[in-house]
Amino acid sequence: MTELEADTAARVQRPRPLSPHLQVYKMSLTFVMSGFHRVTGFVLYFGIVLVAWWLIAAASGPNAYANFEWFMGSLIGRLVLFGYTWGLIHHTLGGVRHLIWDTLHGFEPAEREFLALATIVGSISLTLIVWVVGYLAMGGPR
Amino acid sequence: MKENPMRTPMRRVRGLGAAHSGPGDFWHQRVTSVAGIPLTIALFVIVIALLGRSHAAVVQILASPIVAIVMLLFIINIAYHMWIGMQEIIIDYVHDDTLKFSALMANTFFSFAIAFASSFAILKLSFGV
Repeated sequence: MTELEADTAARVQRPRPLSPHLQVYKMSLTFVMSGFHRVTGFVLYFGIVLVAWWLIAAASGPNAYANFEWFMGSLIGRLVLFGYTWGLIHHTLGGVRHLIWDTLHGFEPAEREFLALATIVGSISLTLIVWVVGYLAMGGPR
Repeated sequence: MKENPMRTPMRRVRGLGAAHSGPGDFWHQRVTSVAGIPLTIALFVIVIALLGRSHAAVVQILASPIVAIVMLLFIINIAYHMWIGMQEIIIDYVHDDTLKFSALMANTFFSFAIAFASSFAILKLSFGV
């Protein structure tokens, strides 16, 4: 075995250095909002089934649409839809935050904190507004 | 002979280099996210306008060209966006090759199924068959 081969073998044996992961970082709002963006994206991926179901049910006929309406009208259905509404709005606002960063703006400490806070406060407020408007459009809660 | 520490033999980096297709996904994700903003707002408007209406009324509104076109754009845009997004998540967290390529394939199947099934439903409503 040449010196080079022995060196290579030793390198292969040695465990590779690992970069630190989530647990070493201090909790911060920007950190949590970063995680929320990925998690909401992941959940929305499956949530799109609701939209597909809605469209397919409408195209299938009154019975299929009645089943969809029954589920959405149930407590579970409303909770799922409320979660989907918030996830969609939060991910959209988080996306706007990323688009601002893409222009190389908003990286100063105060700006970062403001954008993170605006994302969560904005998503919760807009979700509540959308639901209030939705219930008003239906003529009150049913 | 002392090895040059600056050398990076191909065999050492094999499989760990760039795939050279990253910037394309990055850019497409930005394009679909920008398009997603007005389309998501439009989705909220359409859904709120349809809340509590009868099936016949919902069908009539969804079948109108402007609503149908917006819904088609929304679903195709979001299907592409979620396809890239999930691919990024899989590549980040799934390191076993069999599992990774299975997940990537399932991601493609699911995203395309959502796009095509929803588009078919919208077109069927529009053409009123």
